[in-house]
Amino acid sequence: MSALSTNHLLGIQNITSQDIKLILDTADSFKEVINRPIKKVPSLRDVTIANVFFENSTRTKISFELAEKRLSADVVNFSSSSSSVKKGETLIDTVNNILAMKVDMVVMRHPAPGAHQFLARHIDANIINAGDGTHEHPTQALLDAYSLRAELGDLTDKKIVIVGDILHSRVALSNIYCLQKMGAKVRVCGPPTLLPKYIGSLGVEVSNDLRESLEWCDAANMLRIQLERQEDKYFPSLREYSTQYGVTLPMLKSLKKEIVLMHPGPINRGVEITSEVADSDQSIILNQVENGVAARMAVLYLLANHK
Amino acid sequence: MKRIILQYEQVDLILTRLAHQLVENHSDFSNTALLALQPRGTLLSQALLQKLKSLFNIEVNYGTLDTTFHRDDFRRSDKPLVPNEVNIDFDIEGKRIILIDDVLYTGRSIRAALDAVNDYGRPDSIELVTLINRKYRREVPIQPDYVGEEIDSRVDDYVKVDWEEKNCKVWIITDNT
Repeated sequence: MSALSTNHLLGIQNITSQDIKLILDTADSFKEVINRPIKKVPSLRDVTIANVFFENSTRTKISFELAEKRLSADVVNFSSSSSSVKKGETLIDTVNNILAMKVDMVVMRHPAPGAHQFLARHIDANIINAGDGTHEHPTQALLDAYSLRAELGDLTDKKIVIVGDILHSRVALSNIYCLQKMGAKVRVCGPPTLLPKYIGSLGVEVSNDLRESLEWCDAANMLRIQLERQEDKYFPSLREYSTQYGVTLPMLKSLKKEIVLMHPGPINRGVEITSEVADSDQSIILNQVENGVAARMAVLYLLANHK
Repeated sequence: MKRIILQYEQVDLILTRLAHQLVENHSDFSNTALLALQPRGTLLSQALLQKLKSLFNIEVNYGTLDTTFHRDDFRRSDKPLVPNEVNIDFDIEGKRIILIDDVLYTGRSIRAALDAVNDYGRPDSIELVTLINRKYRREVPIQPDYVGEEIDSRVDDYVKVDWEEKNCKVWIITDNT
């Protein structure tokens, strides 16, 4: 029997491929649990988890909260908009105050990349990264990998293209690490302005040609254009972006093979993908959401066991 | 020290007896289902299913149950608890359930199994079959309904059931030697 190699899930970069396999295998069991008539198991009944969100989130927060509740953990929620952070409290003070109330695990989203690494050095609780700025979003990568494994089987030598706003995307970085650790070949595709300058150093292929990338791949992960993080103009208009880098149904049907389409949500319908594509058989967007709960249950369960 | 306490021939006789006892109480098994506890109960239940098939030509609803998420030692032992596959493709509601495990000792895994079964519905009744009943160390008030063999053993002994088709043996392993 194996255990995770770490006390925290700070990023995919910090965990091993065995960890990833263990998490995905455990997620299989939890997927069965959430499809039972009674979708709840008592494993974490003596664990208290704080969801600390310094940035807005709907689906990640709901997904984590459901995962926690289905494991019978006690949950407290915290969002920065209604807290003392506005009064100038530091991150360590805020979290230590929460921990002083006997919290065992902290699920945190924070706009500063590396906030979780910093916190892990200073406090005594399991920390799970639910997104740190433009750095990592490990549970999203795990649920993406889990969904892909369900569709494609073993990911060794499978070809995955990540399309769109790589520059501002924590999902992209975590996905690249995760897929590479599982043996997949990864390519990023997007307009040159949205590709980081040294992205090739991660060992990924780089392309600006969507059509050719879709022909190459087994699955495409269409990232959301993060308008809220873009201070400058990276492309002339959304309309131009969607003509160059949006996937349409005729384009999808004209490919030589059937590919799997993913999107981490929320979708800008008509920008990254059209409505018909989002609702087509090849899209696994809603599977991703369901799998998100199972994957997060697996992470919480395995970390809670790691004391 | 390792000592064999049951040879294949004895296990085979026991399985034949258990099959008869089950048929006595459940006749054609029309409203009964076998649930094997993962991981070790599955092997015993396969052998029992074969017996029921060969002796009485009865096909039984069969599933495997994993109790990992209901165990009471999560976060209390250093060993990670890794779940096994659950496979129940019938409705438990209103069924007569027979739980199957190879060794009954503290009774805690059966307690967890009783909780786990409830997640799938409310059965009419739940019974327990065990190949080996180790006495003197029950930690919860649970007793088997059908027993292969009663065994008196010391706390630091270990009872192991080796399932190898026609070569099944039950060992008692005494510590430190």
